Amino acid sequence: MGKYLQVFLIGIQNTLVYRVNFLFRAAVGLIPLTGTLYLWKAVYAGKAEGADVAGYALSQMISYYLLTTLVDALTAVAEDDWQIAADIKDGHISQFLIRPINYLGYRFSLYLSGRSIYTVVALLPVGLFLFYLREHFVWPVSPLAGVAFVLSVVCAGLLQFLIACTMALLAFWVVDVSTFIFIQFAFEYIASGHLFPIDILPRWGAQILMLTPYPYLLYFPVGIYLGRVTGPDLWRGLSIQMAWVIGGFLLLRWVWSRGIRRYSAVGG
Amino acid sequence: MNEPLPPLQPTWRRYPELYAALWRNSVTREMQFKVNFLLWIVVEALWFGLQLGFMSVVYGHTESIAGWSRWQVVLLVGCSHFIQQLFTAFFLGNISDLSEHIRTGRLDFMLLLPVNTRFLISFRKVDLGAFVNAMSALAVVVWALRHLGHTPGLLEIAGFIGLCVAGLIIHYSLMFLLSSAAFWIVRAQGVVWGYYNLFNIARIPESAVPQGLFRRVFTLVLPMLLVSNVPAQTLLGTLRSPWHPLLLLGLSGVCFVVSEWVWRLSLRRYSSASA
Repeated sequence: MGKYLQVFLIGIQNTLVYRVNFLFRAAVGLIPLTGTLYLWKAVYAGKAEGADVAGYALSQMISYYLLTTLVDALTAVAEDDWQIAADIKDGHISQFLIRPINYLGYRFSLYLSGRSIYTVVALLPVGLFLFYLREHFVWPVSPLAGVAFVLSVVCAGLLQFLIACTMALLAFWVVDVSTFIFIQFAFEYIASGHLFPIDILPRWGAQILMLTPYPYLLYFPVGIYLGRVTGPDLWRGLSIQMAWVIGGFLLLRWVWSRGIRRYSAVGG
Repeated sequence: MNEPLPPLQPTWRRYPELYAALWRNSVTREMQFKVNFLLWIVVEALWFGLQLGFMSVVYGHTESIAGWSRWQVVLLVGCSHFIQQLFTAFFLGNISDLSEHIRTGRLDFMLLLPVNTRFLISFRKVDLGAFVNAMSALAVVVWALRHLGHTPGLLEIAGFIGLCVAGLIIHYSLMFLLSSAAFWIVRAQGVVWGYYNLFNIARIPESAVPQGLFRRVFTLVLPMLLVSNVPAQTLLGTLRSPWHPLLLLGLSGVCFVVSEWVWRLSLRRYSSASA
């Protein structure tokens, strides 16, 4: 365990180099968000006073986007998938195969350190933004929802890492994984609820998306926070989310063991 | 006796020939990786579909956003994608390579060549897949016009083309300006990513953005709220003020001049990376 802690600490030091980059990223990311919020405000302005969109009042809709920004800062993979793919392509993983360290565990430690630094740095612009929109920002509907939200965000983070890592391992089979990663990301963008809360879709559309793991990355944790997922649905959803995490872990292990057998250490 | 060198052709004739040669190189390069070429077209088409899908979901809950009907917004998203893809086709890859040229010292070679360095950096290669995507965006624009039952006149179409070119120049100049930051900070990869975020607000109806700092900055400093809105409104015949096209044309000139000024300033600072 100690060695992974060391990797985490070294990761913290290495990522600190990128703190200005992170600050820039977090701040610039607020520009399209502001645009989307204006778009929604215009939609509500065109409706009757107090009307809602699929059960979202304007404040809840704005809170939804603010919370996705928060969860995204806490969990999204930044460069991890590109780095893993590059490690495989350039043969750098050879040095991990002959050392007493698990490469995937090593990457996970780095993911944790990257996210820690990013969250701390992003806190400044995102915090100011939240403060500016504080009249629309709501607290968790209940203490239970708060606790379940935290639990769900942790699972979302694990799922993010597992999906990104599995995609990156495609580099064992294809030379250029970037197109695959971008196609996957496009699906994630819509199905996770990044673009809009997926329950504003027609019922059947939302139900189909709920069959995929993606809504459990953003939509589900935020839904808990806003009190849109409660009671038995909450426990059922959390169980499904954990099942996806376990399934993702098993899939990753399987892909890794298949990939490593194919690996020929190009340039290594 | 050595034969004298043939005289150089006048500049204005050299540049089209040079650009034609660069085009031939690009075609050869792209055709080496056919599958990749096709996959990138799929990726871009997917993101375009996503934007259209988002608007169609929103219009599932409303009739009009800030005075724009569903098909008017489809046209706006189409326009935005059209300009963005033209920008990608001609410039995006070239400008984002600038920081690499600086970091590796390749810029030294370019400075020594007997051509305008900015020309060489800006036009070095062409992204052919993006032309395919630009055409599909144009098809969406035409499709939206048919749904609206609106046939633009010759003047409107000419205005649309001219304003699209102005939008292209703005995107080009701003991105070039941002990339010149690479002369000061070595790691400027964030620039491309940052610019994608700016592109994002170009497809919002400008009337949805209330008066205020955000609107002023993105109209007058980084005119993202004009680049696709004004061409789209010209085509639709819904321009709210005749000043907007003039503003867009004027700003494209300003952006270009400022980017040239910063470029020269940056070059004076350049002290080569490798040698």
